[in-house]
This record gives sequence, C-alpha cells and structure tokens, in this order.
Amino acid sequence: MLGEGILKGMAVTAKNFFLSFVSAERLTTIQYPEQRIAPFEAARVFPFLVFDGADWESGMRCVACQICEKECPPKCIFIEKSTDKKPDFVGKPQFYPARFDIDISVCMSCQICVEVCPFEAIKMDTEFELSTDDRFGGLLLDRKQLAKSNDYYHEIHPTEASAVDARLAAEKVKADAKAKAAVSAATAKTAAIAGEGA
Amino acid sequence: MFETHLSETCDQIFILLQHWLVSFLPASWQSAASVLLSVAAIICLFAALFALTTVFERKGLARMQNRIGPNRVGPFGLFQPIADGIKSLTKEDIVPSSADAVVHFLAPVLLVVTVFMGFAVLPMGRNMVLVDLDAGLLFYFAMGASTELAVFMAGWSSRNKYSLLGAMRAVAQMISYEVPLLLSSVAVVMITGSLSLTKIVEAQNQYTWGLPHWYIFTPWGFAGFVMYAIATTAETNRSPFDLPEGESELVAGYHTEYSGFKFALFFLGEYVAMFSISGLGTTLFLGGWSAPCSFLTWIPSWIWFFSKLMLSIFVFIWMRGTLPRLRQDQLMNFAWKFVLPMCLVNLLAAGLWRFMGDGWLRWVVCSTILIAAYAGMGFAEMRRQRLGPRSYRYAE
Repeated sequence: MLGEGILKGMAVTAKNFFLSFVSAERLTTIQYPEQRIAPFEAARVFPFLVFDGADWESGMRCVACQICEKECPPKCIFIEKSTDKKPDFVGKPQFYPARFDIDISVCMSCQICVEVCPFEAIKMDTEFELSTDDRFGGLLLDRKQLAKSNDYYHEIHPTEASAVDARLAAEKVKADAKAKAAVSAATAKTAAIAGEGA
Repeated sequence: MFETHLSETCDQIFILLQHWLVSFLPASWQSAASVLLSVAAIICLFAALFALTTVFERKGLARMQNRIGPNRVGPFGLFQPIADGIKSLTKEDIVPSSADAVVHFLAPVLLVVTVFMGFAVLPMGRNMVLVDLDAGLLFYFAMGASTELAVFMAGWSSRNKYSLLGAMRAVAQMISYEVPLLLSSVAVVMITGSLSLTKIVEAQNQYTWGLPHWYIFTPWGFAGFVMYAIATTAETNRSPFDLPEGESELVAGYHTEYSGFKFALFFLGEYVAMFSISGLGTTLFLGGWSAPCSFLTWIPSWIWFFSKLMLSIFVFIWMRGTLPRLRQDQLMNFAWKFVLPMCLVNLLAAGLWRFMGDGWLRWVVCSTILIAAYAGMGFAEMRRQRLGPRSYRYAE
C-alpha cells in the first residue's frame, strides 16, 4: 500500500525519540570533553619522532636522511642536517637533525613519512587536541616538541612498537655479530701477521 | 458564575490588555495604536517561537537519531538560540561583487515581510484576529505566493549557479504545490461557504456528543488535510521536499551567497512561514482555536491554537527526522500525478458531502470514493515504478 513505508519509518523515529529519554544505552554519542572513549590502537593523527633512553636529544633515532622530507606530499617537513655525527643505537656514527620541524597545519596525516623511514624514527601519534591560538608559530612543531620516548610509543601502539623493537634488536644482534666477526678477523689477521713476522 | 468569568477573562486576556494599554492614549490615536500593538505582539511572539523552535528542532532531531543534541549553552542548551543570534549578528555580511546589491538586500526583507503578513488574517484565539477580512483565505494565499518572488530574487541577484539552481527548483516546486494547496483548501471553503477564516473556525466550533465538528474528522477533511500537509511541506521547503536547499548538491540553494544576519533572516522567514502555514492548517482543518472536547472549552482558546500549532511543528520535525530527500522528477511526479488528482477527487467528495444531507450514507459514499482513489492511484503508481529490491548494473 502506498505510504506504508513512510508510516513504518515514522514509527522507527518515534520509537527512537521516546526511548532515548528512557534508556541511556540507546545514546550513541558521548559528552566529549568530560567523557572520552579509549583511543584506538590504530589511530593516527600527526607524526612524532621516537627517541630511545631518557635523553631526547642523544637518543633520537632520526639520522636526518631527509627521505621523509622528500616524500611528504604536502611538503610539511623541514630538516636541517647536522655537521657532526653521533653514534646511533648500533654504535655507528650518524648525522642527526639539527632542525626537524613539522607544520601540522599543512600535514595531512597520510603516514607516508612513517612508511618510508628506514630507521623507525618517525611514527604516528594519537594526540589530537593540538589547537592553539597562534596559528602560525603554534602549529609549527620543532624537534623538541616532536620527540616522544619509545615508552610512549609502546603505550599508544603496543603491538606495532613491540614489532619495531624486535626488528631493531635483531638488527643490533646482526650488527654486533658482524662487528665481532670483524674484530675476530682483525685479531686473526694481526695474529697471522705476527706469526708471519715470527 | 465566578469560574466562568475567570475563564472568560483568561480567554480574552490579550484583548483586555490591549484595550487597557490603548486607553491611556487620546481617542483619535487609539485605533492606530491598537493595530500597531497587535503587529508588534505578533512579530515578537513568532520571532521568540522561532528561537525556541530552532533549539527544540535540533534536540528533537538528535533524539530521533539517538543523540542528545545541543546541551552546552544554559540549562539543557536552552540558550542556544541566543548564542546563534550573537554569532549571526557578528558575522561579516558579504555581498558578492558581481551581485545585484539592491535586490540581494531586498530579498530577505521581502521574504520576512510577506511571511509575517499572513498572520494578519489568522484567528489565534476567540476575537484574536488582526484584521477579519471577508476574503481572508485569499489574502493569505496571495501573501504566501509572494514568498516565491523573494526566493527567486535571492537566487537571481546572487549571481551564483547554485543560488540560481536552488531558486529555479524552489519556484518550480512552490508553483507545483501551490495548486494542491489551494485545491485542498477549496474543499473547506465549499463546505463553509465563506473565505473568512473566523467564519471557518466558527463553523468548526460546535460539538455533538462532546466531540468537535472539526473538518479533519470527515472523510473529505481528512483527505484534504493530508494533501494540505504534503503541499505545505513542499511549500515551506521542508524535508523531504527540501530540494531548493539540498546541501549535498547545491551547497545551500538560493541562500548560498547570504551570510550573517541576512542568512538569519532567511532562516527566520522559513520557520515563520512554517508557523503561519501550520496556523492556517489548524484553522482550516483542526478547528482553529476551538477545544477538542466540549468539556475542555474553559481552557483559553489561544492555548488551543498554539498547542495545535506546535503539534504541527513537531510533525514537521518528525518528518524531517524520518524521510530522505526526493529527487526532482519524483517531486514533480508526486505533485502532478498523485496529489493533484487526489485533490480533485476530494473536491468531488466535498461536493457530495455538501449535497447529500445528514446521515450515514454520505460517510460511506465519500469514504469509498476517497479510499478507492487512493488505493487505485497508489497501486497504479507503484506498479508503474516497479518498486522492489534495487538492482545495480555496474556496481556489485
């Protein structure tokens, strides 16, 4: 019958209207600033820089290779390479970013910087309450504001961070073995030279 | 005796107040002052009602979608309209550089003026009518039709494709639905024999066995009311007939280029048009200010009028919360192929009702004609459109 569907629909909305006053479970929304839902593990908002250990400056994983800067589609990353080098987590001397800025007013949260980073140095944050009254300076985050500890990374993305840690540990083991082999080879070589000399 | 006197006073309280206020003025000014006073009262009352309705609409729609709705400004979010008002007043008023500035300015003003003019003839209570015109209904429809001009002025002067498309749609829709709107009201005029809205209310303000003689309780009145409700929804551009301002395709329709207080005026005009057309529907079919039972007549008449009005507004909001927007061709087909023929059949039914005299026979005959027409037309329409599960040719 014509109009039957309309009446059915009206009944549904009327039911919603009256029952939403009675049962709070029906309400699908939460009262945001007071109530919050737990952040989702897969949530991603803006990138941050991971550092190991306690000191953000010495523990920073970033080696200023500038791949992310080149790959960033909206060009929101600005990196200045350092002139000196500091040892990274395997002990290899590396450059570090003297300046690392992300303009979050430009960033489009695409996560490409995270995908291309070979050093697991840049990851996505879940923090979204970043509004500021200074729309130029306040939205340009420098490396100090971007640096977050590995513990924080574990806190927001536990599964992903564990996988990253395992990968880095394996890499370190490999590098250590390589270094040991190199050292033993060197000692063997010196011993051989010494033996030859004798 | 005292009780009847009290209820009489309550009923006429605004009239008495007006007479008392006017009595301070010299006699030669009194008639002009009383008119001005009524006009000011109507404007203030409906503007306030508009403010309240915006917040209740938002809250009601939210509840229909299992949300809470605005609840931040003041207790339960009731001061939301004040915040909205301040916001719209402090916003920049932008006029596009290529727009026709004069017409662009006049359009919202004309809309609000014509919309408020309709209230002049609406009886909002016993003796509460600003001007009791003999052809009140005609005046009302003349004023209602000129809102189309304001809408078209807005769309044309903005010099924006979305505005113009919105205005074209609005004019096409309003003119198409003006016809069933008038035809459904004509049935009332045929039965009452008068175009005066006060006479129409008086004809319905009678009771048999405690039940009122409202026109909605007759077969032709019920069918007429349904057609009237459909036509008014289209006439006021409310969902599901809100094509002129369909956000998904036209940004905001004819008021795309309006900002600040001019936009607020459009918004006001739309809501006040809704009040006024609901008021007319109440007057024509729901007995105006008359009480729904003979033993409830002690409650002041204006309370009844405004309760019915707000009930109609609730139904408008309810429909908005339920129905999706129609497509342009569906809208036009519905107007010309369903609503208009039903209105014509309804005229026949009203004529038969008028000339068959009292008795049960006219109930049977009129109901049969209308139900048969509805079922037949609905069946034909639904079969022609082959309604059923949708099949997708490309996406699967």
